[in-house]
Amino acid sequence: MPRRLSAAVLAIVLGASATFGAVATIAAAPAHAAKDELVIGITQFPSTFHPNIDSMLAKTYMLAMTARPFTVYDENWELVCLLCTELPTIENGLAVPEETADGKPGIAVTYTIHPEATWGDGKPVTSEDVMFTWEVGRHPQSGIAGAEGYRRITGIDVHDDKTFTLHVNKLTFTYNAFSANLLPAHLEREKFAEPAEYRNRTTYDADTTNPGLYFGPYRITETSAGSHVVFEPNPTWWGRKPYFRRIVVRVIENTAALEANLLSGEIDYVAGELGLTIDQALAFEKRHGDDFKVVYKPGLIYEHVDLNLDNPVLADVRVRHALIHGIDRTAISEQLFEGRQPVAASNVNPLDWVFAADTPDYPYDPDRAAELLDAAGWTDMRGGIRHNAAGDPLTLELMTTAGNRTRELVEQVLQSQWRSLGIDVKIRNEPARVFFGQTVAQRRFTGLAMYAWISSPESVPRTTLHSEEIPTAENNWSGQNNPGYRSDEMDGLIDAIEVELDRDKRKALWRRLQELYVTDLPVIPLYFRANAYIMPKWLEGIVPTGHQFTTTLWVENWRAAE
Amino acid sequence: MTRHVVERLAQTGLVLAIMSFVIYGLIGLMPGDPIDVMVNADPDLTPADAARLKALYGLDLPIHVRYWNWLLAALAGDLGFSRLFSQPVLDVLWPRLGNTALLMGLSFVASILIALPLGVFAALRPHSLADNLVNLFCFAGISVPPFWLALMLIIVFAVVLGVLPAGGTPALDAAGFWAGARYLVLPVLALTLASVGGYIRFVRAAVIETLRLDYIRTARAKGCSRARVVWGHALRNATIPLATIVGLSFGTLFSGALITETVFAWPGMGKLIYDAVLGNDFNLALVGLLLATLTTLIGNLLADLLVTWLDPRIGGVGT
Repeated sequence: MPRRLSAAVLAIVLGASATFGAVATIAAAPAHAAKDELVIGITQFPSTFHPNIDSMLAKTYMLAMTARPFTVYDENWELVCLLCTELPTIENGLAVPEETADGKPGIAVTYTIHPEATWGDGKPVTSEDVMFTWEVGRHPQSGIAGAEGYRRITGIDVHDDKTFTLHVNKLTFTYNAFSANLLPAHLEREKFAEPAEYRNRTTYDADTTNPGLYFGPYRITETSAGSHVVFEPNPTWWGRKPYFRRIVVRVIENTAALEANLLSGEIDYVAGELGLTIDQALAFEKRHGDDFKVVYKPGLIYEHVDLNLDNPVLADVRVRHALIHGIDRTAISEQLFEGRQPVAASNVNPLDWVFAADTPDYPYDPDRAAELLDAAGWTDMRGGIRHNAAGDPLTLELMTTAGNRTRELVEQVLQSQWRSLGIDVKIRNEPARVFFGQTVAQRRFTGLAMYAWISSPESVPRTTLHSEEIPTAENNWSGQNNPGYRSDEMDGLIDAIEVELDRDKRKALWRRLQELYVTDLPVIPLYFRANAYIMPKWLEGIVPTGHQFTTTLWVENWRAAE
Repeated sequence: MTRHVVERLAQTGLVLAIMSFVIYGLIGLMPGDPIDVMVNADPDLTPADAARLKALYGLDLPIHVRYWNWLLAALAGDLGFSRLFSQPVLDVLWPRLGNTALLMGLSFVASILIALPLGVFAALRPHSLADNLVNLFCFAGISVPPFWLALMLIIVFAVVLGVLPAGGTPALDAAGFWAGARYLVLPVLALTLASVGGYIRFVRAAVIETLRLDYIRTARAKGCSRARVVWGHALRNATIPLATIVGLSFGTLFSGALITETVFAWPGMGKLIYDAVLGNDFNLALVGLLLATLTTLIGNLLADLLVTWLDPRIGGVGT
């Protein structure tokens, strides 16, 4: 009897195992997708498919395949037309400076929509869509994130279905950049009848696969929330015919699982915009570099350490200079990132045309750092820590986002190098939500805060460096000048750069801004982050830009090698 | 019995009311809000825009006012919109709930189907080589970190052998049953391996304990077959404590498994609730967590009823 019982038990167990095995065998699938289908892996799913509500990289990445802004920066960081036919300039007469109603300098800019631009349901893209997008964008209850750009437009003159003129109430050097994402008036106007309810009723989320929402090379044909989005060619697209019959964007938030999916062939390509971190990509390349192309593109994500200038220790510029001389940023870049993430000389990326190559540099020089600390009064070394005449130890708190492996690694190197100078650096990290939501936003860090800024080509640092942008309780913690930096000269430079149209004069202003930035040093520049694009060897045509405009804006150029 | 059920349902309602307030308050205690995080990622967003968006989403109101507004709407049948998904909360929840119920349900059934026979098998030969091997299997499953196990399964079955997908869900046009079912194999296997060890150990201990009781000896003395003694008498009584454990596990069928869902990119309730809490999506987080609470309470109630059915002496129901 026991034998029979044992046999029965084992049969059930083996049966269960066999079920898994059988399923596994039956489920055998092709190792990778056919080459007319491309499966992209990214780590984030969009919270909405509405192009103008919320700002989220995953959404921008996906929607760039389905629609085109009027103007974008290309891979050479030059402003180009995508939806318009000719870039308006003052020189070609399509942009005309004018005076606003209150006597300030403004500008009128005329755009012509591409004559063949057509929504996926056959309706042409027209000036009416521009008017509707403006109406939604400037409405305070529409839920649009960055409404300021829409509010700067004081009026729109519609000349015909395809041509219109924007009247803008401020004349800045970016007068011809118009990166608005058009909304289809014929589908969305009815949904906008109650503006406060618009974000909950928009067709983009209620009927995401409606072809009338898209006019780019692809349109969305399937979504599975949190899992994947499927794109197929849009028959009304006027440009180069896209190569891939189908593109699937799969969302896998865990980067180790993302890597495993790439190796198993479940996905073909890990997008650099939202893929593996640089250390993961470097490790991946070492193991599997022969099977994949790994392209690194440094960009505009600027890692830095904010110094709280309200701290009396950090208010002394000699201490700030000692801090930057005391860290070997080149070694950090070489040792941790194999040189793929270049050292930042200032807040301006070397790929930006306004970058000043002669910006003062602060090489690793511990002797110079020690001299500066001595000069600042931190002379008494006790227990390996410097003290001042009052007996206070030179102690600073360094904070960053807990769980960010790369930042925590850099943080430990900084702590060690500053410790060797006699600076006691205490690490206190917080979850990103707390760190950004409270500690940085309300300037609650007492010493040093390490994080990144995301910007765009020739982005004027008004919100991060102008003295009017220091967050305080009085201004309800608005602004992002988190170090609390105050400089009349910097304020003047920012004001002047914004309205200077002459490129040579503007470049001179930028040069002085960078010089002042690194001389006053309210922030320690660390490095510019690089994105790692991991693609199969057969995939061609992907050109990383290094700025906020994603590679998918040129998806029609992507090809599988023959 | 009816009175007992009514009392338990009333308790459930009270617990849910308290939980809704506690959950709302706890989420509200977290510093910052989604607009603060958005501002940090987008230096072009002006302070005026941030203030406008906070007012639009009601984030500028005191927490108790927000809770009261939510409660009134919920009682009127309006569970609100998910801020993270821009859709009605229930439209977001239902597909995820289905995914989680499928994943966790299959794992749950597989665990019980494996645990019952294997637990009895081990209990009948305590401290033998076979029992030790079963114990080794159990402790391995219990002690291995779920994310590591999941990654190992992906590496073996998806990367090395290439026979199963590494994660995700099938496309709508996936052809055939297996084209869709194959996406479930690895996550179900990972969850089953992680949970089955506990059940086996529980069944084994309960059966060993029961086999020592007098009535089992009596049954044997009366000439009952071994199979009848084990399956008819011992296992029935051993099932009573197991039912309680299973009842407690019932809530997880609908609240999901965060790590497994994340690693296998399976869009389920665990990940949804996690994202909703971190994203300050009050409506979604609240309804998701209340659903998990409700199913746990119902699971307990069902377990109580099952235990009473198995052994009417317990609980005094109906007395």
